[in-house]
Amino acid sequence: MTDIAIVDYGMGNLRSVAKALEHVAPEAVIAVTNNPEVVRKAERVVVPGQGAMPDCLRELDRLGLREAMRDAASNKPFLGICIGLQMLFDSSEEGNVSGLGIVPGRVKRFPVNAMKDEKGQKLKVPHMGWNQVHQSVEHSLWKNIANDSRFYFVHSYYVEPAGADSAGHSAYPFSFTCAVAKDNIFAVQFHPEKSHAAGLTLLDNFVRWKPV
Amino acid sequence: MGLAKRIIPCLDVTNGRVVKGVKFVSLRDAGDPIEIARRYDDQGADELTFLDITASSDDRDLILHIIEEVAAQVFIPLTVGGGVRKVEDVRRLLNAGADKVSINTSAIQNPQLVADAAGRYGSQCIVVAIDAKRAGQGWEVFTHGGRKPTGLDAIEWAKKMQSLGAGEILLTSMDRDGTRDGFDLALTRAVSDAVDVPVIASGGVGNLQHLVEGIVEGHADAVLAASVFHYGEYTVRQAKEYMSQHGIEVRL
Repeated sequence: MTDIAIVDYGMGNLRSVAKALEHVAPEAVIAVTNNPEVVRKAERVVVPGQGAMPDCLRELDRLGLREAMRDAASNKPFLGICIGLQMLFDSSEEGNVSGLGIVPGRVKRFPVNAMKDEKGQKLKVPHMGWNQVHQSVEHSLWKNIANDSRFYFVHSYYVEPAGADSAGHSAYPFSFTCAVAKDNIFAVQFHPEKSHAAGLTLLDNFVRWKPV
Repeated sequence: MGLAKRIIPCLDVTNGRVVKGVKFVSLRDAGDPIEIARRYDDQGADELTFLDITASSDDRDLILHIIEEVAAQVFIPLTVGGGVRKVEDVRRLLNAGADKVSINTSAIQNPQLVADAAGRYGSQCIVVAIDAKRAGQGWEVFTHGGRKPTGLDAIEWAKKMQSLGAGEILLTSMDRDGTRDGFDLALTRAVSDAVDVPVIASGGVGNLQHLVEGIVEGHADAVLAASVFHYGEYTVRQAKEYMSQHGIEVRL
């Protein structure tokens, strides 16, 4: 049986995620897979994602992965990364598409024309680089990570939860949710697989996580 | 507090070794790429950039093995450039463990490559490298490691690359590269202010004050340097501490 399934729906590079998980869980059987059955049988599921959310959803459907992902999100430790966070929401401004509707709320674009720092200098979009993550709730996945640690981000859209599912936020220049926690789901906008020690700690927490 | 400015050590790789030249010529050996990558990672580098300057296409696979090894040990973003001509080249580098791929000469020969690669893999992993040289009131884009003029204006070219899907611009001043005289700040600022995507300043770093100037005066989002780090003059951490002391937000 696969311990950890990394859902591969053909968008971008999942190798970094696999390598980082192998690093924190050398004993685990890790599968990068587009097979819905492997996802269903895995003990834990990781959904990375890069590129545009409409393309990601289209590929998910083409490969018949939508239901397997919904199942995983309802009953086993589930980690969403970047687009893997965004697609959990009801809808996205990117291509005006509906998401999976698992977390209430929507995905919005950084308003390019309003992006200025406190000195009035232009802030770039995508939001790319290391930003501080403020942990707004206690959670098993934040264990041993100092609050306000920096993680690596690269994204032009951000999530806006409608309910109380936010688990962390960052500022660029306004505060936005960069982590959500809901039952067995934890999902982040940043890339733990590229976030050095803090990121590896988060992944290590995930592979040990036993949601109640 | 918010987004940190990035420091990116750059490793020019040929025949499996890191080298450094002056104004794109006269190469000097700087060591083993995997060892150097690990050292910079330990010192707190925010990303690493590898430029494959191997002349012969027969030796191209060497860089893939190097990236595979680095990606298994170093968990920060890796950018790889040099000799990227087709979408297939982008795929091979990403599969080897690169997070971003830098396209330079081929973007000029075939701008559609940038659009195709960004469409396939997302803008977040497509960096367009621009080598620019002062020409009159502006700057001209050069290719082939700085040997061939293109007649293109660097600022207009950067804007065009953004519109085709580049997620970041790696901007090198060829007048300054290897000189240790500091970045071409006017060039850096002109390009950075003209585009919405992040700009990495490159070419000319000789001391830590140059890094500060690149951010403060050049408006760069990230600074790239090679020789000041390769020969042990400064560590990445010293550079970050210096920048922090000068009011720049960095990841320490």
